[in-house]
Amino acid sequence: MKALHFWLTQSKKKSAALLAIGFSLFSAVSVMAQQVTSVVAASVVPVTAVPAISAGDTAWVLVSAALVLLMTPGLAFFYAGMVRKKNVLATIMQSFFMMALISVQWVIWGYSLGFGPSNNFFLGGLDWFLLKGMPAVSPLAPTVPHLAFMIFQCMFAVITPALICGAFAERVKFTGFVVFSLLWATFVYDVICHWVWGGGYFGSIGALDFAGGTVVHMSSGYSALTLALLLGKRKGYGKESMVPHNLTLVLLGTGLLWFGWFGFNAGSAGAANALACNAFVTTNTATAMAALTWCLIEFIHHGKATTLGAASGAVAGLVAITPACGFVDVSASLCIGAIVSLLCYSAIQVKIRLGYDDSLDTFGVHGVGGTFGALATGLWALKSINSGGADGLFAGNPAQFFIQLKTVGATALWSVSVTIILYYLVEKTIGFRVSPRDEELGLDLSQHGEEGYHI
Amino acid sequence: MKKVEAIIRPSALRAILDGLKVVGYSGVTVTEVSGHGKQKGITESYRGQSVEGLLPKLVVTAVVDDKKVTKIVNIIIKSARTGEIGDGKIFISPVTNVIRIRTGEKGKKAI
Repeated sequence: MKALHFWLTQSKKKSAALLAIGFSLFSAVSVMAQQVTSVVAASVVPVTAVPAISAGDTAWVLVSAALVLLMTPGLAFFYAGMVRKKNVLATIMQSFFMMALISVQWVIWGYSLGFGPSNNFFLGGLDWFLLKGMPAVSPLAPTVPHLAFMIFQCMFAVITPALICGAFAERVKFTGFVVFSLLWATFVYDVICHWVWGGGYFGSIGALDFAGGTVVHMSSGYSALTLALLLGKRKGYGKESMVPHNLTLVLLGTGLLWFGWFGFNAGSAGAANALACNAFVTTNTATAMAALTWCLIEFIHHGKATTLGAASGAVAGLVAITPACGFVDVSASLCIGAIVSLLCYSAIQVKIRLGYDDSLDTFGVHGVGGTFGALATGLWALKSINSGGADGLFAGNPAQFFIQLKTVGATALWSVSVTIILYYLVEKTIGFRVSPRDEELGLDLSQHGEEGYHI
Repeated sequence: MKKVEAIIRPSALRAILDGLKVVGYSGVTVTEVSGHGKQKGITESYRGQSVEGLLPKLVVTAVVDDKKVTKIVNIIIKSARTGEIGDGKIFISPVTNVIRIRTGEKGKKAI
């Protein structure tokens, strides 16, 4: 996938028409619109022997895109239930706002940076700025129109920066958060996305990441840890009570995440086929196993299984199976689910002892779970599950594990380094953290002038 | 006039209200509160971190004529007593005046 191929298919005109409809949003700027549509028409270059567009695949990818979108409000509830009452709206807004901000960023330059036709291994370039000049289909999903693949990927780009919000919950300025997220999406997400999926270096050396263990969960998880350390603890951390204000919201959010994740993982097959079914089943199995394991650990450790534990376990399972779901079999997914809960639960206990304030455990769940999932893919992957993949260590291919290790290291390093730069950029200009007074008042009132709950 | 404030178990509320109805008394305010007494709070656990929590209780408040105080207090005790730690407490304090907002009546007439 180093060079993108330009397919000529029966549906060429259809796709071009779809593109044109998409671009008609810009018809107000008529000069621009004319330019864009002419580029689309010119971009389709004849190539032979290409799979036709499949209606079934297209339907599945579009539905999956919608499922993945639903994960972001799910995440909003998951996080909002865990904060204090005075920050419920601000926390929901941090996730919800990403649906607006990144959806726009993605069509203007995000998709091009992530998946554009560059000749380097680092970034996709700006050839597809404003989605112009895209071929009718992407080689990554050759049986669906390119726009379907693009919008499916858009939803991934939306939720990833939203995941970070859990680390800096209850203490950042809305403006600082918005600017940081836009920069982060561009310089961290789009870059790593290109490395692994968009034709970049790690994809080319055979790194396996079916639906985003490195790209989504590690990138957000390590950046979250960095921000939690740089921003410092919440005012009153360790002294005031900071228990979740509404666990029913957390459970509702978890349910939506679990549901939407079928689009995230099974949709990443890019087609409605046996591989999508494998991803669907391994996703559900690992999630269920992780929730069971987390509850069991809590029961042994504290004598009670908690709802927050069931939710945390489910999310940890979803995170860990994400890179592996299209490469491993069901028995491996049981192991991945069981082990990830043990790892994430331990990581959170260590956090409590170290005393840093990753408020909602973004690193503890996404960073740790994502890292484990990416490495587990290198352990349990089977070529018999996915012929486009590779065998892992347990199938006698230790090289795959080292490729995974390399990708994990690079992802963590890049996420942490760029996040440090972006943090100082935002903090020194418009400011990232709220004033102590605003923090005390709560972000709902100080940042948005609203309250979540009235008498 | 006296203010009777009873901190009770939430489960005792229905019996108290029924008891008050029987003696023909209807003026009552119920508030949800949290707290602990001798029995201490309850330990909550969030992702493995233990937090000392408070117990949910209700406060039943009634302002009554001096003559009715014993009767009301007895109803509350009878309805709210389980014999276990955590049954609650009743506080009785004097009230200097009562004013009915609708009519402006004052004192006992306004109760």
